[in-house]
Amino acid sequence: MRKLTLILGTSLIFATTACGGNTAQTTNPSNTSADRWDTVKNRGQVICGVSGEVPGFSFVGTDGKYSGIDVDICRAVAAALFDNPDAVEYRNLNAKERFTALQTGEVDILSRNTTWTLSRATSVGLEFAPVVFYDGQAIMVRKNSNIKSLADLKDKAICVQTGTTTEQNLADQMRKRGITYKPVVFEDVNVTFATYAEGRCEAVTADRSALVSRRTTLPKPEDNVILDEVISSEPLAPAVAKGNTKWRDTLTWVVYALIKAEELGINSQNVGQLATSNDPDVKRLLGTEGNLGEGLGLTNDFAAKAIKHVGNYGEIYDRNLGPKTKLNLPRGQNQQWTKGGLLYSPPFR
Amino acid sequence: MTNTKPPFWRDDRFWRIAGQLIAVVLALAIVAILWINLNRNLQQLGIQFGFGFLNQQASFDIGETPIAYQPTDSYSRALWVGLINSLRIAVLGIVFTTIIGVMAGIGRLSDNWLVRNIMLVYVEVFRNTPLLLQLLFWYFAVFLSFPKIENQISLWGFLSFSQNGITTPWFNLSPEFAALLLGLTFYTGAFIAEIVRGGISSVPKGQWEAARSLGLKPSIIMRLVILPQALRVIIPPLTSQYLNLTKNSSLAIAIGYPDLYFVASTTFNQTGKAVEVMLILTLTYLTLSLTISLIMNLFNRRVQIRER
Repeated sequence: MRKLTLILGTSLIFATTACGGNTAQTTNPSNTSADRWDTVKNRGQVICGVSGEVPGFSFVGTDGKYSGIDVDICRAVAAALFDNPDAVEYRNLNAKERFTALQTGEVDILSRNTTWTLSRATSVGLEFAPVVFYDGQAIMVRKNSNIKSLADLKDKAICVQTGTTTEQNLADQMRKRGITYKPVVFEDVNVTFATYAEGRCEAVTADRSALVSRRTTLPKPEDNVILDEVISSEPLAPAVAKGNTKWRDTLTWVVYALIKAEELGINSQNVGQLATSNDPDVKRLLGTEGNLGEGLGLTNDFAAKAIKHVGNYGEIYDRNLGPKTKLNLPRGQNQQWTKGGLLYSPPFR
Repeated sequence: MTNTKPPFWRDDRFWRIAGQLIAVVLALAIVAILWINLNRNLQQLGIQFGFGFLNQQASFDIGETPIAYQPTDSYSRALWVGLINSLRIAVLGIVFTTIIGVMAGIGRLSDNWLVRNIMLVYVEVFRNTPLLLQLLFWYFAVFLSFPKIENQISLWGFLSFSQNGITTPWFNLSPEFAALLLGLTFYTGAFIAEIVRGGISSVPKGQWEAARSLGLKPSIIMRLVILPQALRVIIPPLTSQYLNLTKNSSLAIAIGYPDLYFVASTTFNQTGKAVEVMLILTLTYLTLSLTISLIMNLFNRRVQIRER
């Protein structure tokens, strides 16, 4: 018995070493009163946690370059900080790894189609920047399956990825409607969709945009349809770790700058000329009047740099999700408030 | 000069006890430092340490529930479901892998050329490829290649194969469960085969000759003379293989079988309680492993030579 206790004790030590050591090592740089902002500034590079597997959001192209709306947010931040949109190092994270990577300081920004929820903002310890994409959860089925609505999914197998709000919403919605179903849950997004493609599941569920995007990677995209029913609201937002106010502010106002720029009609082409515009709103945003950037610890023209290199929100959207892309997602809710959408930036003042 | 007693630090007995005390104090100090460090870091991140989350509603679904479970149940209930799923795999896996391993091990020593070489190929192929790869193979290339549910294959009216798994009137094996069970069984079986072969080879030739000269049949020689002696060599490494199988079952996450590790990682992902969940996981797997060790050690004691 004594021997057993000893073994248990020793293993416990190892267990705590494993967990404790990790946190100790990685958070120390940030605990000396410093904010993640200083770490990034000193490093001269932003480390950005992305998915890397969702075309239109973050995807590694055949040329080995990252593209997508999530990627462009990181590029915009790098441009605002260093006047160089390529000063970004990307880390591919799966749904399960993402929060730990941010908490332990492995990445500076999590820009990985992540839904903003209360518990993630509190018990998981994230601070979210403004929403960059308003999404909702949907369900994709095979065209010839005769499944037209959620109710048709009774006793059917549904493929879903673990660690997502999708998994919880599905459980909630089906419970609410009293529909029994068989969840087939995977950790890896590729395995989730591969299993659906193999026919193990009658349906697969994810955010609507993710379904549209993954459909393009299926063997026969045209054989799959996305049901019209949207079963949740999924505001996707980038996030930083809690306790880095200055860093959060930078990310927040870079995102707002991209949105404001579109509202004011500033884009990557005309940003140079508009610096001398007479409009005080434009001048303040671009930093030719006032000293808003200094408040963030940046140069006053931080927004101009971001817009020059990456474009305004509309340009980013069109480049990654717009009509010229394979995804061709309508702007919908992701339109400026002036055009009936939900994008609204507080004043730059 | 009078012959005084040497000072206590020159005494061996003193150091024997003091050495242990120092080791314990050092160990405790390390634990304390890590604990304080952990708490401070968690505080900085604004995360509280505690197991209260176990009573919160899990609100996620689990594919295979051997005990009643609903998304409205607590995280602890979900973890129980995961544990029972893990145990199902571990127990069945250990039983089947022993059968396969012993058969393959004996087959490796067979006089029959074909049997011997088939077993050789089996052992070398399964022992020398990664388990994860094998699991994905079983899942995608075998079980998901079964026909769709609409045109399932029926055998003798009660056994049917489809992408929903293997269905009989009594139970239904999901493709995830079946793939994991077969993957673990055949992978571990290859190692056990080598252990069994080594154990049998270690029995002196004289034992075979003596048994044969008594006129015993080969099957009886194996069962009553050779295996009992081989077991003394086989049991200790066999225990390691059982432990490996149990721990390797956590690869279930790759093919979507909801075992303990799978449920725990969902839990940790939703609650952000990484340290707590890792502690629970570590202690649970430790308990499982120690239990297997204990049982196998008792068994080992029984088969060892007793001096008479």
